[in-house]
Amino acid sequence: MTETKDVIRLTLPAKPEFVSVARLASSGAASRMGYSFDAIEDIKVAVSEACTNAVSHGYKQMETGQIKIVMECGENALTITVIHNGESFDASQALQKLKPIDPYADLDEVNEGGLGLFLINALMDQVTISTECGVAVRMIKFLSRDGVERIANKVSTTE
Amino acid sequence: MNISIEREVKGDNLYLVAVEGEIDVFTAPELKKGLLPLTEIHGGNLTLDLNATKYMDSTALGVIVAALKSASKHQCRFSVTGMTPRIKRLFEITGLSDLLNRAQTSEGNADD
Repeated sequence: MTETKDVIRLTLPAKPEFVSVARLASSGAASRMGYSFDAIEDIKVAVSEACTNAVSHGYKQMETGQIKIVMECGENALTITVIHNGESFDASQALQKLKPIDPYADLDEVNEGGLGLFLINALMDQVTISTECGVAVRMIKFLSRDGVERIANKVSTTE
Repeated sequence: MNISIEREVKGDNLYLVAVEGEIDVFTAPELKKGLLPLTEIHGGNLTLDLNATKYMDSTALGVIVAALKSASKHQCRFSVTGMTPRIKRLFEITGLSDLLNRAQTSEGNADD
C-alpha cells in the first residue's frame, strides 16, 4: 500500500534570477518521469509562478529569504511543494477571486498582475495552499502514459 | 538565463520588438523597459514578435497588458505576433488573446 517516492529537495535564494533554476529542476524531474512536452511546460510555468510569488510577495523583493522546493516523484504523480517563510496571505480569499482577464472590461480596469495563481490552478491537477507559517503551495500533476493527462487537466480547469 | 531584445524601426512610426529567450520575473523588467517607451509614440505602430521566445509566464503577460494599456492611451497600435502553440495556450487560458483581439478590432472606432 505504501508508495515509495523519490524526493528531490531544493533550497534557493528568494531572488528573481534563481526562479529559472527551479524551472530547470522541475522540468528535469518531470521529463525523467516521462511527462509529455505539454505537461512539462505546464509544470515549469506552475513552479515558476509559485516561486515568483514567493520572491515578489512573500519577501517583497527584499532578496533575503529562501524558497524551499520539494518534488515528490511518485508512481503516477509529481507533487511539487513550493514553500517560503515570508509574508502570508488569505489563500481562501485569493483562490475565490481567481479569474482570467475579462476581455470586455474597461482596459484601465484590467490588472497587470494576479494571473500567477490563476495559471497554477489552471495548469496543475490539484492545488492546495497552506498559510500557517509563510506560504506552502502544493501542486500535483498526474502522470498518464496514454495522454489522458491533457483531458484530466481540462476537467480540473472547468468550473 | 537572459533575454535579448531586438528593436527594429520598420518605417515611419513602425516598430518591431523581437524577444529571444525566456521571459520570467528576472527578465520581464528588461522587456518592460524595452517595450513600454515605444507604446508612448502617438500614432505609432508597434509589433511584439515572440517567435524566438522559448518560455514565458504571468510576468510576461503582465508586461503585455501594461503595453496594451499604454498603447491605447497614446493611440499607438500594438500587436503580438509569432506565438508558439505553447505561448498561445497561455494567452488563451488567461483571456489575453481575447483582450488583444478586442483592442485590435475596436481600434478603428476609437474616439478620443
